[in-house]
This record gives sequence, structure tokens and C-alpha cells, in this order.
Amino acid sequence: MSAAARPSLGRLALNGAAGLSLLFILLPLIFVTWLAFFRQEIPSFPPEGYSLKWFAAVPGQKAFVDGFVLSLEVGVLATLIGLVLGVPASLALVRHRIVLGPAVNTLLLLPLVMPGIVLGTSLYVFQIETEIATGWPMLGSLGGLVAAHTLVVVPWVVRLVTASLAGFDRTIEEAAQNLGAGPWTTFWRVTLPSIRSGIVAAGLFGFVTSFGNLEMSLFLVGPGRTTLPIAILQYLEWKIDPTVAAASVIQIVLIGAAMIITDRYVKLSRVV
Amino acid sequence: MARLSIDTLKKVYGDFNAVDNVTIDIADGEFLVLLGPSGCGKTTTLRMVAGFIAPSAGKIAIGERDVTNLPPWKRNCGLVFQSYALFPHMTVAENVAFGLEMRKLSPADRAPRVAEALRLVRLTGFDERYPRQLSGGQQQRVALARALAMQPDVLLLDEPLSNLDAKLRQEVRVEIRDLQRKLGLTTIMVTHDQEEALTMADRLVVMEKGKVRQIGSQRELYEKPADRFVAGFIGRSAFLDGEIAAPGRFRTAGGLEITSTAAKGTGPATLALRPERIAVAGDAAASANRFEARVEHVSYLGALLDVDVKLSGHDRMLLQIPNRQGGVEPKPGETITIGWAEDAGLVYPREP
Repeated sequence: MSAAARPSLGRLALNGAAGLSLLFILLPLIFVTWLAFFRQEIPSFPPEGYSLKWFAAVPGQKAFVDGFVLSLEVGVLATLIGLVLGVPASLALVRHRIVLGPAVNTLLLLPLVMPGIVLGTSLYVFQIETEIATGWPMLGSLGGLVAAHTLVVVPWVVRLVTASLAGFDRTIEEAAQNLGAGPWTTFWRVTLPSIRSGIVAAGLFGFVTSFGNLEMSLFLVGPGRTTLPIAILQYLEWKIDPTVAAASVIQIVLIGAAMIITDRYVKLSRVV
Repeated sequence: MARLSIDTLKKVYGDFNAVDNVTIDIADGEFLVLLGPSGCGKTTTLRMVAGFIAPSAGKIAIGERDVTNLPPWKRNCGLVFQSYALFPHMTVAENVAFGLEMRKLSPADRAPRVAEALRLVRLTGFDERYPRQLSGGQQQRVALARALAMQPDVLLLDEPLSNLDAKLRQEVRVEIRDLQRKLGLTTIMVTHDQEEALTMADRLVVMEKGKVRQIGSQRELYEKPADRFVAGFIGRSAFLDGEIAAPGRFRTAGGLEITSTAAKGTGPATLALRPERIAVAGDAAASANRFEARVEHVSYLGALLDVDVKLSGHDRMLLQIPNRQGGVEPKPGETITIGWAEDAGLVYPREP
């Protein structure tokens, strides 16, 4: 009896711990979502009633709409550039003995662990110095922002694509060549489809990282060019009504939907 | 279809000769097997023919075409990989059609050839399946169909049966052989499995340490092994080390005198005897060479008994005695008489 009960007790404890962790992660999201439906302007408990008016107010906030468009623009561009740079870099790192290969690998992953403030400060200084030296407008330009965001996308691409390349059977590339496919055809028809799930996941996580980036972007945006997280922060400096919560809920829903749709085509749990 | 010639082919890695001056001519429609222990250079040779490894020296020609410096995609060799290497994201039909697509055939022209290839390997109706939905044996046949569909000049098989279970292996062996004969395909197969090699090949090449030890039919390799390595590798042999005392006389390390027509020249040598040529007890009465042997160990193998015997302090050998009704069944510790004819053995000079 007790022998049978012991493993189930362990299992119970494990499930309990998993449940607690999940709750810990979800609780802020749940509260923000709940708050977005409160009727009163100053958040307080218990709610005085429920309303959808804060959602209706979001499109009226020009700063939010412009911020959303800019974040989308920067996110998409940075993700595409990040993939174009990161996929070949991963291929080179996994397949060829490169001088200082492990060092290059670490360097490419570094932006992921570097504090946003540090990254932002150094890029700020770098862009100003470049602007002074060359006369090209850098700081506050779309190009400058996209370049910086590319930096935080690349680590995701390198990490996820090298992971999917590690389990890749290279004999299928040989098979393609044996059947008459040249190197390019082999890459497009055999290699790329095989690491597709890694690339899609990298694109998704890279985009989400760029879209939600606050600290680094704070240093690099210019007048009239503000990303959504910054627009939300600026709004919060003056007001704390649930419009911010509603804007956040919209973001959560969009990102959640993107993940669910992606997961239908490539199993994200397999690559991340 | 074409003949294939491999001419003094060489592959050197650093100071290691992976393939050392290999020369083989394969006739149109011939099934040639490269056989040898792992690391003997057989797979390296095959991969050089396919174009995946650049030779250090030598020449490879398919028909009149010198392919030595051509990339793999211009060689028109159908290769069946040990791991099958099917494209996991393509259906069976797409896998088989890939080679035809690369040859710029229109979809309408591809379809009948895909259907024909799948019919040959008895996989009609599996067109829309994905490789992961197939058993190992079926995947193997898709790999074969994919190689056949593009009508290669030469078919290359890299240990194609090693991932199949024993029973299936027997069937597929026969199937591949029949198909190869029917299509008249010039074929090279690489294997380390002696039985597989003996049942499938028209001709065998025994390789060791990058060198060709012997090329010949099954019978030639078994009855006239070119050296001690082949004598031990193809079938079994009992070996006695010693020296050639005089023409026709071999003296073992333990001092036994053996008359052998194969003993020519002088110097240290090894006498190799096929187990079935060694007679035991009453059967040995008329043999030219007769010895008393002490039984050391007996292994029961069903149809045969493996018997380790000691002829003297320095001479031991392995006998195989048929396990038949009323036959001899030696016990460890017993002394039995064994014997063989003058022309039973082969003598090889000792290798350095």
C-alpha cells in the first residue's frame, strides 16, 4: 500500500510545484486583463463595475497607435535582417571549423544576456560618435533603431537554428546531390525545409523580443518616433487609468495568437 | 548502364593511406561487392566513386566518361545510403521524383517513371505516405526506388541491409539481386557481412588496410585465397605457424613435420587448412599427414562442433566436425587422431 502511495505522493508534489510556477507566471497577466475591464479610472479593489470603454479608448490614443505601427515596422525589419544574418552564421558555426568558432558563437549570443541599459548606453554613444564622424543621421532614425533591434534578434536565431542543425542528418544533403541537385538547390529544397521549425521559432521569438524591448530602445528613439512600450511608459507617467491595461491585453492577445498559429505548423515545444 | 573503371585510386589523410592504389574494373551489368573489416577503405572507395570524397590520386571512369573531377550531382550514380537518407519532409512519390525533377523532367513525364520505380520495389499505392509512416524495410525500398528512378549509369549500395532485421535481410538480398539482374545495372555494394557478400556478388573484392587483397569469384576466394588474411576472412581456416623446411616439407613451430605440395621456397611460413579438409579418427587413417591431438575445448553449434585441439606444445588448431548420427563426438581431455592430404593446405610466407 505505502509503496504504491509513495510515488503518487511525489507526483502530486511535482504537479503542485508546476501549478504554482505556472500561476506565478500567469498572475500578472490575469490581473492586467482583469483590470482592463474595470469601470473606474483609478484602479482599486473591489471593482466598482465592468466596462469596455478603455478598449474603445486605445485607438483614440495617437501615441499608442503610432507606437504600435513603429514597433511592428521595427520588429518585422529587425527579424528579417536577423534571419538573413543569423541563419548563414549558424550554418557556418555548426558545419565549418572556424577560427575562434566558440568565441564567435558566444559573441553572437551576448546581446541576450547583456542588460538592456548597458546595450542601450553603448549603442547611444556609438551612434552619436558615428553621426559626428560621418554626418549620417543615426540616432533616432528608423535605420538606427532597426540596427539595434537586429542585435537582440540575432541571438535567438543563432541559438534556435544551431539547435535544429545539431540534430540534422547531413546524409540527406548528400542524397540530394547524388540525385543531381547542386549546392543551392540542395540548400533550398533539403536543408532549409529541415530546419524550418527552428527558423520559424527564431523569427517568432526574435520578433516578440524586439516588439517588447523597452530599456535599449529608450536610448535610441527620437522625437516623434516612439515604440509602443515607450509610449505606454510615457502614458503611465501622467495617468494610471486602465487604457494602459487594455493596450497590454491587446498585445497579449496578438502575441498569444501568433504563438498558437505558429505552433499549429511547427511544434514550438520541440525546438525551444 | 555502363562499365566502371577505378584506376590506381588513392586517398591519403595525413600519413594514413585510407585507400591505397585500388584498381578495379567492373563490367557492364556486373554486381561487385567490396568486402572487408571496418576501416579497410571500402566505404571511402565507394564515396570517391559517388563524388563525395576527392581522390588524392588515380582515376575513375564511368563508360568512356572520366568522372574523377566531377561533382556528385553530375555523376549519375544512384547511391542507396546505409541510413536510407530519405527526405523527411517529402512524400514517397516526391522522394522518388526528386532525381527526375533535377533532370528537368516535366511533372507529366515524371509520373510514369515514379510509378514504375515504385512498382519495381513493390510499393505501389504508397505514393502519398511520408517516410516516418513506413517501416525500415519499406524505407529501404523507397531509397532503392529513388536511386533507380533516375536510371543511373551505376548503382552504389552502402551497407544497404545493415539496418534491417535478420529475416528481412534474407528477403531483401534476393530482391535486390533479382532487380539488379533484371535491369542489368552495373552495381557496387559495400558490406562487412561475409554471407551477404557471398550470396549477392558476381565477383568480390576483399580489402584490408586500404589495399585490395584479392579480386575473384566466391569459389576462387574460398579455394585459392591469395594470402593469409583472405584465408582467414573468407570462410574459416585452421592456421599452423612454422617454416618451410624443404620443398614439399613444412615444419611447425612445435616441430611437427608435414608434407604439403603447397610448400615452396624457404623461410618462415603459415600453413592454412580448411576445416572440412581435416579428417578425424577413422576417416584420417589413410591421410598422408596424421597426428595425435589432445582435445582442449568443444563448442556445440548444432550442425557442427567446433573443436580446439593441441598437436604439440606450440601447435593448436581449430577443427569443425559435422555433428552426425553415430559420428565422433570428442570430449575435452581425450586424444583423437586427425589427418589431411598432401594437397589439402595452402602455405603463405609469413607476413612482416
